[in-house]
Amino acid sequence: MSAFRKLIVGDAQADRVVPPSGFTAQLTLFAAGAMAFLCVFALALSLASGRVAHRWSEELARAATLRINAPAEQRAAQTEAALEILRQTPGVASARALSSDEQAALLAPWFGADVPLDTLPVPQLIEVTEADIGYDATGLRLRLQAEVPGAVLDDHTRWRRPLVDAAIALRRLGVVSIVLIGGAMAAMITLAANAALAANAQVIEVLRLVGAQDSYIAQAFVRRFTLRALSGAAVGMVLGMIGVWLMPEASQEGGFLTGLGFQGWGWLLPLVIPLVSALVAFVATTRAARKRLGDLA
Amino acid sequence: MHWGLDVIELEDVGYNYGGGALFSNLSVQLAPGSFYFLTGPSGAGKTTLLKLCYGALTPTTGRVRAFNMDVRGLDRDQMAYLRRRIGVVHQDCRFLDHLPVVENIALPLTVSGRGLQNEQGNLQELMTWVGLSERRDALPPELSGGERQRAALARAVILSPDVIIADEPTGNVDWEMSQRLLRLLVELNHMGKTILVATHDMSLIRAAKNQVQARVLRISNRQLQLAGADL
Repeated sequence: MSAFRKLIVGDAQADRVVPPSGFTAQLTLFAAGAMAFLCVFALALSLASGRVAHRWSEELARAATLRINAPAEQRAAQTEAALEILRQTPGVASARALSSDEQAALLAPWFGADVPLDTLPVPQLIEVTEADIGYDATGLRLRLQAEVPGAVLDDHTRWRRPLVDAAIALRRLGVVSIVLIGGAMAAMITLAANAALAANAQVIEVLRLVGAQDSYIAQAFVRRFTLRALSGAAVGMVLGMIGVWLMPEASQEGGFLTGLGFQGWGWLLPLVIPLVSALVAFVATTRAARKRLGDLA
Repeated sequence: MHWGLDVIELEDVGYNYGGGALFSNLSVQLAPGSFYFLTGPSGAGKTTLLKLCYGALTPTTGRVRAFNMDVRGLDRDQMAYLRRRIGVVHQDCRFLDHLPVVENIALPLTVSGRGLQNEQGNLQELMTWVGLSERRDALPPELSGGERQRAALARAVILSPDVIIADEPTGNVDWEMSQRLLRLLVELNHMGKTILVATHDMSLIRAAKNQVQARVLRISNRQLQLAGADL
């Protein structure tokens, strides 16, 4: 705890012991800033993908479509029979035959608004909404096959699963990206810390000569790199959040791409990035300092 | 050999360097409050012997004990504490060039965690003692050779160590400055500090004759000899 306090509060004299270094300071600031910026986007992607996967999974899982492919003279009777079966099926919350206008609206993107539905052999569609307990799709299919020969039940599984799988994979990709970004930042800070330690070999020698413990020497470097990573990542995070904020808001028309932002408490999540960056820098510099000081024995 | 009465003791110490023995079977004990000069030809191993005394090097054979501790068995932290009890003045002084003189002199206080707030009086007194009170804010590269040596001496004594080891402290200064440095070392010895000074300057040793009871150790032919009686 006292080591943590020393790290945060610092010691003005101890901070001056290590000379201000040029390129390693800039490298650490830039690396932390750039990584935090990328991390914000990876985080936004991951959260948005998670939301999409959840939404698609929820929405599609609760809906099914029954298609009645029957000659025009039998269509009404089969539709009524199918609705009756659906009403009797446990787990089906509601079932409703789409009106001609609704079906025409569904076909409009392909055939235009004035499609003459009456003259086309368009099947009748029945929208089925599932209750929380769910229904037995296999049993329902068998019953429909026996009583309504022209009925085909589509519970959307065929195309729902790949979509949800894709969204889940995208979220996983976002998480992997965040881990890789953290690893890359650790590697860069380790290189910068090693360069600073090597450049200050004479300083380390003098400090040891006057009785400095290795923990004191290491802390002088660790504190400096940790604070640099913290400040660099804070700037990168703010810029990244501005970038996300400037993206178009989620809309039905825009589909998935316009939903790539944070929602609600999700806006607080990027605040963790500078802290994690500081932690990564702390661990990376501590390891580098320990190794380098051991080598300089 | 008896252990424990002396501040630094070398027992049958040998040190190999470059595939050969630099010296072997050296034994010497530095008693508390004693004043020793270490002399010998260049390359005889004076600096190496000093480094063995303050733990910067480990002997190839034999043992070095400082304050009743075998130096070989000390870990890093124990070595740091040992360095605080032995003030070292290098020939090249070794400062942190980005810090002003006053902060360089105070460095042992800083690294030992003693805040400078309570030490300002002592620090000023010390700077006056070595004649650098007017140069406290100068950077080390701006100092003359004599000023650097005096600053190094001030840094070596700021923690009031028991032993002061100086490696050719007058190597780069004129006669007047070397006498001034000698007087400071003698004063420290009169305060009870053990002093070990490596030098090849025989005139410095002769000048010390009237000021202090010093002994002269001479490294020659890989052996250490007591060069005659007390000066």
